[in-house]
Amino acid sequence: MFDKIISRDDFAAMLKDEMSIMVGGFLGCGTPETLIDIIIASGVKNLTIIVNDTSFVDRGVGRLVAAKQVARVITSHIGTNPETGKQMVEGTLAVELVPQGTLAERIRAAGAGLGGVLTPTGVGTIVEEGKQKLTIYGHEYLVELPLRADLAVINGSTVDKAGNVVYNATTRNFNPLMAMAASTVVVEAEKLVEIGTIMPELVMTPAPLVTHIFKSEKR
Amino acid sequence: MIEDIELAKNIIARRIAREFKNNQLVNLGIGLPTLVANHIPTGINVILQSENGMIGMGPAPEPGKENPELTNAGGALVSILPYGSYFDSAMSFALIRGKHVEYTVLGALEVDQEGSLASWIIPGKKIPGMGGAMDLVVGAKNVIVSTLHTERGKPKILKKCRLPLTARHVVNMIVTELGVFRVTPGGLALFEINSNTTVDEIRANTEAEFIVSENLKTMET
Repeated sequence: MFDKIISRDDFAAMLKDEMSIMVGGFLGCGTPETLIDIIIASGVKNLTIIVNDTSFVDRGVGRLVAAKQVARVITSHIGTNPETGKQMVEGTLAVELVPQGTLAERIRAAGAGLGGVLTPTGVGTIVEEGKQKLTIYGHEYLVELPLRADLAVINGSTVDKAGNVVYNATTRNFNPLMAMAASTVVVEAEKLVEIGTIMPELVMTPAPLVTHIFKSEKR
Repeated sequence: MIEDIELAKNIIARRIAREFKNNQLVNLGIGLPTLVANHIPTGINVILQSENGMIGMGPAPEPGKENPELTNAGGALVSILPYGSYFDSAMSFALIRGKHVEYTVLGALEVDQEGSLASWIIPGKKIPGMGGAMDLVVGAKNVIVSTLHTERGKPKILKKCRLPLTARHVVNMIVTELGVFRVTPGGLALFEINSNTTVDEIRANTEAEFIVSENLKTMET
């Protein structure tokens, strides 16, 4: 009925040089490892990635950085992946550091159709450089703009064949936000179940947000 | 001075743990602040938030009970207590910025007498990124900085931070192994002192100007 399940080749065919990709996960927890395998195998280059952090050299999106396929990263933390810092210093990787809560809200704003958000975070620091400031009820806020991507790759713990997603424990993090902020959304399903298996009350990302489902091959 | 760094860290953690009241929601940063959880007094229930998306964080799991889907903001495997909950990063930071978190405890590269904090970047040297720190210090109701009083002999509490700021004028309390300071409208003030040191020794190891509270107490260590 929904016909959303795709193969490795189908996913590889969606990838292009210079595209922007949001990748769910927090230090590798709740990240679509098989989809990252396929991005690496495809050899696409000069990607812009939007991620909470660049994980570790051998885990999650960190592997994509280590494979030198990323030209630009928008993230809150790079400290656990020495390769990110190295490529930044060498000048081959542009890093835009964004406070974690601001990153979440910029992605949410894009997915929620908002023109941006006003946040007190970063006022009086280098984060405010080049940004518009507004005073509301006597308090200063930075205007932070929405953040969209061509593609979001997210990780679902349980996914039904319509694309409804449940995230276990702390794997949720940025995944449901990114599922709303990209033109194409591919979920890596750790467990793929029949429609009707997930109680509607427990769905965390509603099916229409998910464009494609890929059955995880995680070890 | 206290030479034993592990002892010093535990003195700081123990003192901070005494600050909390029953059922307060608290976020502990990575490193020294994490130690605070080991010193919560019996009879006080502190509800821990982890900004990757959890309330009710419990201790490291027993061997064999590790769940790779359950980690804290430092990526370490943890557990969740029966009253806990999970949520996404937008909800997590809404809790933080929305003043729903009573205390945030975090470390510092530098902290100053105006309550400004530098903790995320040493330009040209070390650039880990701010992670959730900027949101935490702006949003939490109370900001406690936990830091050794000096690093390689150099004071950590300065007149004015020299490194790029995490936030300005947000710190309420600074706890070191030598004493407890609060940022007050009248300036930085020493409220408690470790019985193993003196005000003169603290002054000699502090760049910031501070006043000594009329109610100076001995720090419980």
